[in-house]
Amino acid sequence: MLAFIIRRLLGAIPVVVLVALIIFCLLYFAPGDPATIIAGDLATPEEIDRIRVALGLDQPFHVRLGIFLLNLVKGDLGTSIFSNLPVTHLIAQRLEPTFSLGVLTVLLSVVVAVPLGALAAWRARRAVDRLALVVSVLGFSVPVFVVGYLLIWVFAIKLAWFPVQGYTPLSHGVGPWLSNLVLPTLSLGMVYIALITRITRAGVLEVLSQDYIRTARAKGMGDRVIIWRHALRNAAVPIATVVGIGVALLLGGVVVTETVFAIPGVGRLLVDAILRRDYPIIQGVILLLAGIYIIVNLCVDISYAIFDPRIRY
Amino acid sequence: MTVTRRAFLAGSAMAAGALAGSAGLSAPAIAQTKKNVLRVVPASNLSGIDPVVTSGQPVRNHGYQIYDTLFGMNTRFEVKPQMAEGAEQSADGLTWTIRLRDGLKFHDGEKVLARDCVASLKRWGARDPLGQTIFGLTDELRAVDDRTLEFRLKSRFGLLTKGLAKIGGPAPFIMPERIAQTDPSVSIKEAIGSGPFRFLADEWVPGSRAVYAKFDGYVPRDEAPDCTSGGKMVHVDRLEWHVIPDAATATAALQRGEVDWYHGPDLTLLPLLSQDPAINTEAYDDLGYMTVIRFNHLQPPFDRLEMRRAIQMAVNQVDYLQAQVGMPDLYKECRSAFFCGTTMSTGAGSEVMAANFEKAKALLKSSYKGEKVAIPTATDLSWLHAASLVTEDLLKRMGVNVELQAMDLGTFYKRRTSMEPVDKGGWSIFHAGFSVTDILDPSTHLGLRANGKQTWPGWPTDPVIEQLRDEWMTADPQDQGAIVRKIEARAFETVPFVPLGQFQTPSARRRTVTGMLKAPLPLAWNIKLA
Repeated sequence: MLAFIIRRLLGAIPVVVLVALIIFCLLYFAPGDPATIIAGDLATPEEIDRIRVALGLDQPFHVRLGIFLLNLVKGDLGTSIFSNLPVTHLIAQRLEPTFSLGVLTVLLSVVVAVPLGALAAWRARRAVDRLALVVSVLGFSVPVFVVGYLLIWVFAIKLAWFPVQGYTPLSHGVGPWLSNLVLPTLSLGMVYIALITRITRAGVLEVLSQDYIRTARAKGMGDRVIIWRHALRNAAVPIATVVGIGVALLLGGVVVTETVFAIPGVGRLLVDAILRRDYPIIQGVILLLAGIYIIVNLCVDISYAIFDPRIRY
Repeated sequence: MTVTRRAFLAGSAMAAGALAGSAGLSAPAIAQTKKNVLRVVPASNLSGIDPVVTSGQPVRNHGYQIYDTLFGMNTRFEVKPQMAEGAEQSADGLTWTIRLRDGLKFHDGEKVLARDCVASLKRWGARDPLGQTIFGLTDELRAVDDRTLEFRLKSRFGLLTKGLAKIGGPAPFIMPERIAQTDPSVSIKEAIGSGPFRFLADEWVPGSRAVYAKFDGYVPRDEAPDCTSGGKMVHVDRLEWHVIPDAATATAALQRGEVDWYHGPDLTLLPLLSQDPAINTEAYDDLGYMTVIRFNHLQPPFDRLEMRRAIQMAVNQVDYLQAQVGMPDLYKECRSAFFCGTTMSTGAGSEVMAANFEKAKALLKSSYKGEKVAIPTATDLSWLHAASLVTEDLLKRMGVNVELQAMDLGTFYKRRTSMEPVDKGGWSIFHAGFSVTDILDPSTHLGLRANGKQTWPGWPTDPVIEQLRDEWMTADPQDQGAIVRKIEARAFETVPFVPLGQFQTPSARRRTVTGMLKAPLPLAWNIKLA
């Protein structure tokens, strides 16, 4: 297993380099220019040119690429064109809110969706199955921002149970931290609950039709034991895969949720940077996201061995 | 290696613990209920801290919290001494001597000296168009002693103190000499001024939050505050800018009392806020904004005067204002190159804006050769995008081959600098918005510059209007009115742009917030919290 992990991590290095090259080229050739944004709406061409030279944006492609790669090797993601702050500092400021939101969303989704999906499979075509279907359809079809607005209206404005927006770090206490994250987590979690519920239901339903389940039943084993010990465990591999894929989808959903709930996370940092053409931030955040995705995939692969003893690396 | 489920769970728990431990590294929370803290939702994000490199409104507004200026302006746009005790002009009008008030200090505790002012003004003068004019007319600017600076001019220039009181960005803020010596095209790294608030750099999260503390060492003037002049009395301990990008969320946060003042609420949500008894919707800026159509004078078809005149004649300002604002009590028609309601606005020559569609169509028919007209539009700015849609419709009805090209603001700004033909990535028309401080008079009005490729995109060339501007800059005050009339008339004759009326943008604040000053920008001094 250790050799497998090391092999996978080494294999990730060319992937990260490729991502870095692709994002650099995309930004280089994309329309837009940070100098025009810094100079402002009423700037003259002369002023814009002066700023472009000062930022080094007048340098040819190979020079800028060389500087970028050299800094990357040194672990330097550069400084923001606009705020002059190091990209690592800006990302560090934003990492905790996004990480908190992501982890809570995945936890909530798994805790709600796996039992609901298993229950729906166990009671297929009955009321609980129909309820799970309704939850899934709603989760898939109602956009994250609509859910967010509804939650704000009901729970923040009408009932005043939770704050409308913002983020309180965990260091200020679990209560305030959670209070700010309940509504965003519910909002973002809807689609993942829907996805994992459907996958769990399908996986468990398939397992329940296997011979060894029939044998277990014939031996007089109770339904609860069959579902939790046999069916769910054997259906865990596709569920883990979907949870892993869900993390990638979640990174997209986080942008919308962070905007609706004004959470200062990495998603908003990235969107703001794209709108302003703050190249170092865009490059830094994309590399971070690529790294997260690689690690999540690795975790999913490791989880296969945990859920299925037949899998060995 | 074999990983058991137990080991896996233990590892997960450790990861969660590490997350909890690292939480202390991140920035402090948004204040939900803090005493004597003014929590504001600014109109847009503070992305940088250099008010000289960046002329955008958020940085200018940030600048007014932490910096001071030698002169301020009142709501009638009259110049008043601010950091200066006063200014004396020599008999020949060529030497201006400005003496600083006693007791002025920077936030780092250092005294404000004349040499700080000299360095700051020189840096500003390298970036700002009016500053460039001032320094073009200046033989020497020097610090005579610690509290006195002196301008020696090449010729009489009555606008010197007005320039030093300029509100529109870049504003002539005073910063320590060591910071002001930074290249004017490179952003400064420290935000230290002598203004009524201190910038708390450690708490700055670009895109989310900017925090200021009351500067205890600030010495306000004795006069009552009036716009950017007078005594800047600070009654709150802390000022927090919370960037809430979503208008509906910002509105809800204001209703809920999580923030106190929302500088620029979305106009579509204004009725909701107006109905809330806890909220006051009142504009801090009574003049607001003016949108204009800007033509590309370098490329067909708007390099031809008849084409520009046809559009000018066809424009019905109400169509634009309805699309942009929709509430008649918030807008008014204004056929002027300047803001109606200011002394500059004469309306001379504006009768050509007759909103006569048929006549305009006939005029266009004689000059239009079927060229494609490209209108780039930034969808990020809804009010400018709305104006672009109205123009697209107008041109289509006139029989023009028009293409609206929607894009984000970053792409739009870049696209606008292209002088190429439309088929090579150029453009024909764009829409822009001015606040009153941008176009207060001919000295700052970029839309009226007509020095070709050196000026703002659109690049008109008109030596007459340039000469009139130069005359106005050096004329005695009693003669300036007549020159402004000529400038306006010339603008309607040559059509460097078409004004589309002006509208107010109310701000919304909780009724616990009192003392809001009227000004073209949101000011945090004089504000009290109940």
